[in-house]
Amino acid sequence: MALSRRLLPLFLRRGGGVARGPCSPAPARALSTAAAPAEVVEEESITVKGVRISGRPLYMDMQATTPVDPRVLDAMLPFYISSYGNPHSRTHLYGWESDAAVESARARVASLVGADPREIFFTSGATECNNIAVKGVMRFYRDRRRHVITTQTEHKCVLDSCRYLQQEGFEVTYLPVRSDGLVDLAQLEHAIRPDTGLVSVMAVNNEIGVVQPLEEIGRICKEKGVPFHTDAAQALGKIPIDVNRMGIGLMSLSGHKIYGPKGVGALYLRRRPRIRVEPQMSGGGQERGIRSGTVPTPLVVGFGAACEIAAQEMDYDHRRATALQHRLLDGIRAQVDDIVINGSMEHRYPGNLNLSFAYVEGESLLMGLKEVAVSSGSACTSASLEPSYVLRALGVEEDMAHTSIRFGIGRFTTEEEVDRAIELTVHQVKKLRDMSPLYEMAKAGIDLKSIEWSQH
Amino acid sequence: MMLRVVGKRLLGAAAGGQASPALAPAARRGYHERVVDHYNNPRNVGTFDKDDPDVGTGLVGAPACGDVMKLQIRVDEGSGRVVDARFKTFGCGSAIASSSVASEWVKGKQMEEIVAIKNTEIAKHLSLPPVKLHCSMLAEDAIKAAVKDYEAKKVKLAKADE
Repeated sequence: MALSRRLLPLFLRRGGGVARGPCSPAPARALSTAAAPAEVVEEESITVKGVRISGRPLYMDMQATTPVDPRVLDAMLPFYISSYGNPHSRTHLYGWESDAAVESARARVASLVGADPREIFFTSGATECNNIAVKGVMRFYRDRRRHVITTQTEHKCVLDSCRYLQQEGFEVTYLPVRSDGLVDLAQLEHAIRPDTGLVSVMAVNNEIGVVQPLEEIGRICKEKGVPFHTDAAQALGKIPIDVNRMGIGLMSLSGHKIYGPKGVGALYLRRRPRIRVEPQMSGGGQERGIRSGTVPTPLVVGFGAACEIAAQEMDYDHRRATALQHRLLDGIRAQVDDIVINGSMEHRYPGNLNLSFAYVEGESLLMGLKEVAVSSGSACTSASLEPSYVLRALGVEEDMAHTSIRFGIGRFTTEEEVDRAIELTVHQVKKLRDMSPLYEMAKAGIDLKSIEWSQH
Repeated sequence: MMLRVVGKRLLGAAAGGQASPALAPAARRGYHERVVDHYNNPRNVGTFDKDDPDVGTGLVGAPACGDVMKLQIRVDEGSGRVVDARFKTFGCGSAIASSSVASEWVKGKQMEEIVAIKNTEIAKHLSLPPVKLHCSMLAEDAIKAAVKDYEAKKVKLAKADE
């Protein structure tokens, strides 16, 4: 009785969450079981954060996360419903079957990257892997190795781990990148010192989609005897990875970027020559002592299934993403000029298109693109009013850094979605350019760089 | 008990349609309705001729900061009253809304009145969060710059006549 009273507001509020039209008639027939008369269906719209959108937006933010592939979900469900044992329980069937599933998933992840299953360690995600890789390696070898090399375009978790190490007294070199986003190999080679303990360069950048030359970097590191770590969260299942061909010593992998579940990742640690790390999680010594904690069987099984699917469908997905990327780019370029593509077009994962629209500010563009879920490298969308550090590292001018939009294309993106995204983007860009004093001045032939702006 | 809950839920669904406006958030984090309204239906976007003696142009901000506002006022020479205004902005939704509001508020007022418009009033009208207050500051600067430009023009014209 009391329970129903407490549940009552929950039911009422849920009904009130979706905004209905102002004159929706109260369905007086709510309790009737007779067939309802045909109703005029009003357009269902959602109002969130003051913005009204009709239906759910088109999802074009695949670098942020990806939808779970239905086949992955199918693989995961039995481990939530019936085979829910802890894989470390040695004494009964539940534990044994759970453990078997984990090992089978481990083998799938390993085969996607050309590794041995004993070299794969499951974690909670790529952020945790990066923490273990950077901090764990350096702390293990703290007596002899005091220097880390990384790039300015790394993911925040790598940069933050490096900064943490700097506070502990290590030295870090943040390599600049060229204007196309690629790291300069000569500079890298030059920066390696006798006491360098780690080189960390991400495989595919999350913001601009640029693919770094992993084989060359691996070769340089092998020659100099320095472990090579790569954050392959965005690369896994999208470009072919072979840890032996690329000379990779440590690698961070993420589940939710390849149509797998969120909350799981894997760290690759080379066995020959063995790379040692200091564990960051203390506990019962699971995962060979590298990462304590119960291995989440359903998540890991999902990750394994996602890797297996990716292995089969990588080529097809790549070709499809390329075609859609061209469609998107050509469609926008046909109607709007003064667009800049951030990052190299040749060395790029096609599912990531980062565009800057000159004379239009990113946050205002995003505000009008609520029917398309995309993200921006603009200052206003980050909490600190600083434009994206990745774009700044590319040497993009500050005013252009404010204007960038990142479109993500994935396995489930359709041509209709791309066409609609083009339509909406072009419409908003044109509207904002009409409103923009910079566009007006540029069209009048004024050189914007020559003006003395009054900042405050 | 379950039957009662289900029954209440059905009745709740009936009442839900009317209840939703009351629950519509104005104070939650995110854009205020007015900001979205100004963005979707901006008022007074456009340009006056810069060389027109009745027009004062204020251009403030910097592309590097991500905010540039151009506010133009047309002043009736006899009464010193602003008869019309136009604006153009490169900036986020809050910046566009702030300058749109500024362009509305200056119309029909005396020049002494419009330089008294404070950024806090604009910010309050739009319910700007603290991180966006600088947008309203820029709008206030734009108004002052437009007035200053108009006065400077008048002085220059008066000198040319001498």
